[in-house]
Amino acid sequence: MKEIKDLVVPDNLSYTDAHEWMDKEAVPSRMGITDYAQDQLGDVVFVELPEPGTRLEKGEVCATVESVKAVSEIYMPVSGTVSAVNTELEDRPELVNSSPYGDGWILEITADDPAALLSLMDHGAYLDMLKGL
Amino acid sequence: MTGDYASGGLVFKESLLWEKGKKGRMAFSMPLSDVPVAEALPPAMAGDGPDFPDLSELEVVRHYTRLSQWNYGVDSGMYPLGSCTMKYNPKIHEKLAALPGFATAHPLLPESLSQGALGLMFELQEMLKAITGLDAASLQPAAGAHGELCGMMLFDACFKARGEKRTKIIIPDTAHGTNPASAALCGMKPLSLRSGPDGILHAEDVAALMDENTAGIMITNPNTLGLFETNFAAIAAIVHEKGGLVYCDGANMNAVMGYVDMKRMGVDVVHFNLHKTFSTPHGGGGPGAGPVCVTRELEPFLPVPRVVKKDEEFALETDFPGSIGRLHAFYGNFGVLLKAWAYIRTLGDDLKRVSELAVLNANYIRESLKDEYNLAYEGICMHECVFSDKGLKALGVTTLDVAKRLIDLGFHPPTVYFPLVVSGSLMVEPTETESVEELNRFIEAMKRIRKEAESEPETLLQSPSRTVVGRLDETGAARNPCLCGGM
Amino acid sequence: MRYLPHTEEDVAAMLERIGVSSLEDLFAGIPESCRSLRPMDLPRPLSEWDLTARMESMAATMSGGASHSVFLGAGSYSHYIPALIPQLLGRSEFTTAYTPYQPEVSQGTLQAIFEYQTLTARLLGMDVANASMYDGASALAEALLMAIRLGKGRKKVALSSAIHPHYRQVVATYFAPTEFEIIELPYDPETGVTDSNALADMGDLAAIALQSPNFFGCIEDLQRAADLAHGEKALLVACFSEPLAFGLIKNPGIQGADIVCGEGQSLGIPQSFGGPGLGMFACRMAHVRNLPGRVVGQTKDIHGKRGFVLTLSTREQHIRREKATSNICSNQGLCATASAMYMACLGGTGLRKLAALNRDKAAYLKTGLEAAGFTPLFKSPVFNEFCLKAPEGFSKIRKRLMEKGMVAGLGLGDFYPELEGAFLFCATETASAASMDRLADAIREAI
Repeated sequence: MKEIKDLVVPDNLSYTDAHEWMDKEAVPSRMGITDYAQDQLGDVVFVELPEPGTRLEKGEVCATVESVKAVSEIYMPVSGTVSAVNTELEDRPELVNSSPYGDGWILEITADDPAALLSLMDHGAYLDMLKGL
Repeated sequence: MTGDYASGGLVFKESLLWEKGKKGRMAFSMPLSDVPVAEALPPAMAGDGPDFPDLSELEVVRHYTRLSQWNYGVDSGMYPLGSCTMKYNPKIHEKLAALPGFATAHPLLPESLSQGALGLMFELQEMLKAITGLDAASLQPAAGAHGELCGMMLFDACFKARGEKRTKIIIPDTAHGTNPASAALCGMKPLSLRSGPDGILHAEDVAALMDENTAGIMITNPNTLGLFETNFAAIAAIVHEKGGLVYCDGANMNAVMGYVDMKRMGVDVVHFNLHKTFSTPHGGGGPGAGPVCVTRELEPFLPVPRVVKKDEEFALETDFPGSIGRLHAFYGNFGVLLKAWAYIRTLGDDLKRVSELAVLNANYIRESLKDEYNLAYEGICMHECVFSDKGLKALGVTTLDVAKRLIDLGFHPPTVYFPLVVSGSLMVEPTETESVEELNRFIEAMKRIRKEAESEPETLLQSPSRTVVGRLDETGAARNPCLCGGM
Repeated sequence: MRYLPHTEEDVAAMLERIGVSSLEDLFAGIPESCRSLRPMDLPRPLSEWDLTARMESMAATMSGGASHSVFLGAGSYSHYIPALIPQLLGRSEFTTAYTPYQPEVSQGTLQAIFEYQTLTARLLGMDVANASMYDGASALAEALLMAIRLGKGRKKVALSSAIHPHYRQVVATYFAPTEFEIIELPYDPETGVTDSNALADMGDLAAIALQSPNFFGCIEDLQRAADLAHGEKALLVACFSEPLAFGLIKNPGIQGADIVCGEGQSLGIPQSFGGPGLGMFACRMAHVRNLPGRVVGQTKDIHGKRGFVLTLSTREQHIRREKATSNICSNQGLCATASAMYMACLGGTGLRKLAALNRDKAAYLKTGLEAAGFTPLFKSPVFNEFCLKAPEGFSKIRKRLMEKGMVAGLGLGDFYPELEGAFLFCATETASAASMDRLADAIREAI
C-alpha cells in the first residue's frame, strides 16, 4: 500500500468521501476513483458499468469496481444522468490502476444541478481526510 | 527434522483429459445388449453426443492418481484451516456408506423397503436433538449454508403465520458471508452488528438495533474469532422481547458439545455442519450436510417430508400444512448423514471429550505462539485461535507469505484474511485429532517462519517452492477468465 | 478412543503450558445461562465391529442389490458404476481435502473440477459450467433466481408442469419468502410435453423453464421454447434429471437454452437414497457474472506453468455477502469429480453407446408391458423412462410384486391426480431382458 505522501491527488479535481474524483470544470463531468481507492483495492479485474442515459440520484450505486478479493461500489457524487461510460475498461480494467485520473476514468455525468458539484471536497480537504484515516 | 515435514519427491506431470486418449478407446465395460434396437429417434431430436475424449482404463486411472498426488488432505498432514474443522475422517465410514443396501437404494422406494435408511435418519434426528437440547430436527439441508437458508425460511414462515412482515436481520461483523447471503435470499436486509473490543457481542448494541421490523439475529457461537459469545442469553432475551427469533450458526458446535444447551441459551434454530462437527469428509468442496434443530414453536414449519416413527415403523410424513416445503429433491445428503450417524454412535457421550480436546489443542497453540505472533484477542479461546499480522507488516511480510511458507514446511496453512475484523488474520484450528507431537512440529514451523521473516524474508516471499506449481496469477485468471478448456 | 491421540500425561502437560488446572477450566467462560444441565444422553459408544454389524443389519432391510429389480427412475437412476471410480475417488487426497483455498496444494481438486466444468459444458452445449450445486432441484431454483437477476425487474417465471414435481416444490420453497411469482405451464395430455400454446404471450417473464427429457420421460422441443422465450425477451432455463440422454438427444445448448441445470447422479454417483447427488449448472459466457457457486479457472504460476485457481470469487458470499449471486459455500465437489471420472471412462464413443442401450432397454420394457395389458399414455418419443396406463387391478398386483422383489414403476396419481392409474417406468442398462420379461410375465399372469 502507498504512503499518503506517495498518493497522487490532482488539485484541479473535486472529491467525495467515498474516494471518487470528479472533474467539475467540464460538462458533462468525468468521474473515477482516486489513487488511494485503486491502491486499496489492488489489481482491478472487472468494472461493471451502467447503461448510458441512466438517471441516478446522488448516493446511488452507478458502477462497481472489482479486484480478485474485493468489490467496491461506486456511488453517484451528485444527482444526474450518466452521459457516457468508459467502454475501454471492459477489456482493460487495469487502466483504473495505472491511470486512475486519466484513461482509467469510469463515467461521465451530466449533473441535474451543476451547483451541486460545488459541495464536493477540493484536493486539500480530501488530503486532510486521507491523513485522518 | 524440526518444523519441516516436506521433502522432495517424484511428482508426475499430467495433461488435461482431452489432451490424452484416442478416438475409439473406452474405459467402461459396455454391457452387451440383450434387447432389440429401438426405433430411431426423429432426426429433429437426435443429437451428435458430446465431444468427450476417449480414454483407456489405465489412462483414466493414472490421470486421477497423479492429480490426487498434487493435493493435500487431512490424511497427508495437519490441516489447521480455521473455521473448517479439518479433523480426521474415519475410514470405516467410507465402507459403511458403500454398503449396497444403502448405496443402491432408490429414494422413492416404498417405506416398507426403506426401513433401514429411515430408521437411521430418525435416530440421527434424535441424537442431534440430544446434543443441542432442542425439540425437533430436519436433515434435509445439503450443506451449512442450505441450513442457514432453511433457518431464514423458518423465520419467514413463522412471521407469516403470526401475520407479521419483518424485513431486517441483525448479523455480526464476524459472521461468515453465508449468513447475510442466506438472509438476503429471504428478502431480509442485514443490519451489521459490531463486535466489541473484546471480540464478542454486547447486549446493549443488540438492543439499539432490535425493533419490531427486525426478524431477529444470526449468531455464530463460538464465534469466528474462536470466542464464546458470553452475552448470548441476554442478547436472545432482547430479541425475543421484541418478538424476534434467534438463529445460531452451529459451524463451531464442535467446540461446545456436552457443555452448551441451545434451548437454555435462547436459540430458536441452529444448524450443524456435519463435515465439521461429525467428521464427514469434505471432498475438496463437498458434499456436506446442514441439518437444523428447532424449538417446539418452529417445528410446524420444518421442511417436508419429515422422518417420523409410527408404531415402531419409520415413515416419511408430508402432511404439515405450515411447512416451508421441500428443500431438496429427496431427503438431503443421505450418504453424508450416514457417516455422521456412525461418528456419533462411535463416540457417544465421548463427544464431550472431543470438544474438550479440540479446545485444549487450540489453547496449546495459542499459548505456544503468542510471543512470536500477535494474538488478536488475549485469553482462553475455544476451538481456534486468531493471530493478526501486527509485527509482520514492518518486516515486509504478509499473512499470505506465512501461509505459503508453511506449505513448504509440510503443513496446510490456516485460514487467512478471515474474519474480516482482524487485520491480516491467521486463524488456526488444530482439531482434537492432532497429537501433541504434531502440534509441536507445527509450532516449531511457525516459529521458524517468524525468524525467517526477519532474517530471510525472501524465503517467505518466494514460497511455496516444493509444490507442483508456484504462486498462481489470480489477477490474470479473473481478468481473462478461462473456465472451460479446449474450446 | 482411537480418534483421540491424547494420553492423560499429554493432557496434564498441555494444561500446564496453558496455565489452567483442568479441561473444564478451559470452558469456565461459558456462563451458567448457556450451560447444559445434564449429559447429552447419547447411545453407548460402539466399537468398529459393532458399528459395522449394526449398520449392515440396517442396510439389509433395504431393497438394493441383486435380489430386487427396481424399475424406478423419476430423478434417481440405477446405472453401472465402474470399479475404478470409487477406488480413485476414495483416494484420501481427494476425499479429505477442503475447498481449494490454497491452490498450490490443491491442484488435484482444481484440475479435476476444471475438467468437470469443461465436460459438463460440452455435454450440455453451453459455454461455462460451475463447480456444482447441491442437487437438480436446488440448481433449478438458483437458475430461476439468476434469470430474475438478469431480467432487470421482471418478477415472474413460468415452469412447465412436466418438470419433476419435487423440483417444482423446491422452487416454490425458495420463492415463498420473495416477491417473485411462479406460473405453471400445463402439459399436453396427448403428447406428454409442455403445451406450446400456453407458452405464447406469457408477457413480462424473466424465464421459462422446461425439463427434457421431462418427468414423464418425454423429450421436449426446447428449440421452440427458446424461440418463444427469446421473442418475449425472457430466458430459457432447461433442466434435466437424466443427463445420459444427451449422449443421444440434442443437447439444450444447441437448442438455444440460456441456463441449463439438473441432476447429475446418473453419471457415476450411487443413488444413496437420494443424496449426495450433483447439481449441474451451466450458462452462457455473457451471463457468467451472475452465475451462482464456485468456478475454477485456468491461469499460470510465477514460472509460467499452467495451473488452476478458484476465480470470479467476487460473485460469492464470502466477498459480496448479502449481494452475492447465491449463499452457496460447500457444494458437491467430490460428486462432481466422480461424474468427471465417469464421463472420462465413457468418452464420447461410450456415452453414445450407453445412451442408445438405455433407450433400447426402455423400449423393450415398454413393449413387454404393453403386451401385458398396459396402454400408452403419451405420444412423444422418450429416452429411458415412459408412462403407461395400467390395466384394471394393477395396484394390487404391484404390491404383490413388491414382495417378490420387483418394484413396478411409480404411481403418477400422487403427483398428478388426473393421472391416477398411470405409472412411470424406467429401464436402464442395468435392467436385463430376463428381469423385464419376468416383470411382464408376472403381470400378465396376475391379470
